[in-house]
Amino acid sequence: MRELLVGTKKGLFVLRGETPGAFEIVTRTFEGSVVEYAMRDPRSGRYFASVTSGFFGPRLMWTEDPAGEWEHADTLAMPHDTDTTLERIWVVRTGEAPGQLWAGVDPAALFESRDGGGTWELNRGLWDQPSRPDWSPGNGGLCLHSISTWPGDPLRLSLGISAVGTWHTDDGGRTWTRGTKGLIPRYMPEELRETSMDLCVHNLWRPPSMPERLFLQFHGGVYRSDDGGSTWIDISAGLPSDFGFPIVGDPADPDRAFVIPMNADVDRITVGGRLRVYETRDAGASWAARSAGLPERDAYLTVLREAFDRDGEGDTMGLWFGATSGEVFGSVDAGGSWFTVAPRLAPVTSVRVA
Amino acid sequence: MPVVLLRSPLRDLAGGNRSIELPGATVGQVLRALEASWPKTTGWVLDERGVIRRHVNVFLNGERASADAPVAKGDRMHVLASITGGSR
Repeated sequence: MRELLVGTKKGLFVLRGETPGAFEIVTRTFEGSVVEYAMRDPRSGRYFASVTSGFFGPRLMWTEDPAGEWEHADTLAMPHDTDTTLERIWVVRTGEAPGQLWAGVDPAALFESRDGGGTWELNRGLWDQPSRPDWSPGNGGLCLHSISTWPGDPLRLSLGISAVGTWHTDDGGRTWTRGTKGLIPRYMPEELRETSMDLCVHNLWRPPSMPERLFLQFHGGVYRSDDGGSTWIDISAGLPSDFGFPIVGDPADPDRAFVIPMNADVDRITVGGRLRVYETRDAGASWAARSAGLPERDAYLTVLREAFDRDGEGDTMGLWFGATSGEVFGSVDAGGSWFTVAPRLAPVTSVRVA
Repeated sequence: MPVVLLRSPLRDLAGGNRSIELPGATVGQVLRALEASWPKTTGWVLDERGVIRRHVNVFLNGERASADAPVAKGDRMHVLASITGGSR
């Protein structure tokens, strides 16, 4: 029995089922609000949901039982001296220290909890970056959406921010360095590409067995770094398009990663009306389509950055993604074959295995 | 004290009360008093800066009011979701 947390534009859906096959909707909650993201901390069993009301703003909610009462983590809010307000909570990640969690938000801020998500504190090292006045938002806002921990080391962390590149710390967030060498913002004039701050990272994946490596889905380009995110090489060759949002990988194989290409930044939809996941098993030297069981025609879908997740590893790894069409798809053989998990939910913003 | 009139979901967060008498000399102070009395409403109407959220309307005796509008005993404050906030 697997449990999936599916955030949608119309609430959180908790799905359960045996594989392969359609899952049952066991809970729908936060009706009428956008659930941007939901996850379960396997250490504590707590569930977290980023909920944004179009009327009443964003908030992080948590519970022990998604069908029961949820509590508001009200310390996840911008401190008064920042003179700003939360626009959206993009992501929550478990940290490497006991009870540690990280949350990334718009306006490009990082919060840390050290008590399992009950209380939160703004990371001042990132907030006080001198270059912050020059940071520009992407289409989704000035969003800190990707948080990659370093297995076993709570002091090391990498972030992806739209549109300000990747950021890295090795002292628990007191100081940060920006790692962007090699990222090419083709959406900028040629004369500005070397110096532009406007680097629109879409998602990061760090293989736990080779943590100095990072894969990156960029706003036009898929990249790999083998030095902890300082320098990047383009590994897009072989993909039908280098635009997309999510990227996930295989914990058992640091050369293996998966993307879902979309046409282009001006047409964010599956290429050629075919829904295909692409896999590399050689760190980006080559890519192959993994689409058995996915729609082969008339499929014009958008898969957002948090709407692709995995569980397990190796050739029995589970892969799960949802689209803004409301469909959710799954695989339990690492993309070798796919099945429909849910055919008609609301537009999907995130998918996480509980 | 002014009277704050609530509808769902704010009413649900305020213990199911349709109307609550709360202290305060301005709309913002009354809304902060609402948060103090019913903490689950914190952040729903006012953001971290004390600004009324863009898609929430506060009507004071039938007129749309900002957070710094003065209020008096017996004034009636309706707090309503705007028709503009549901587009997502």
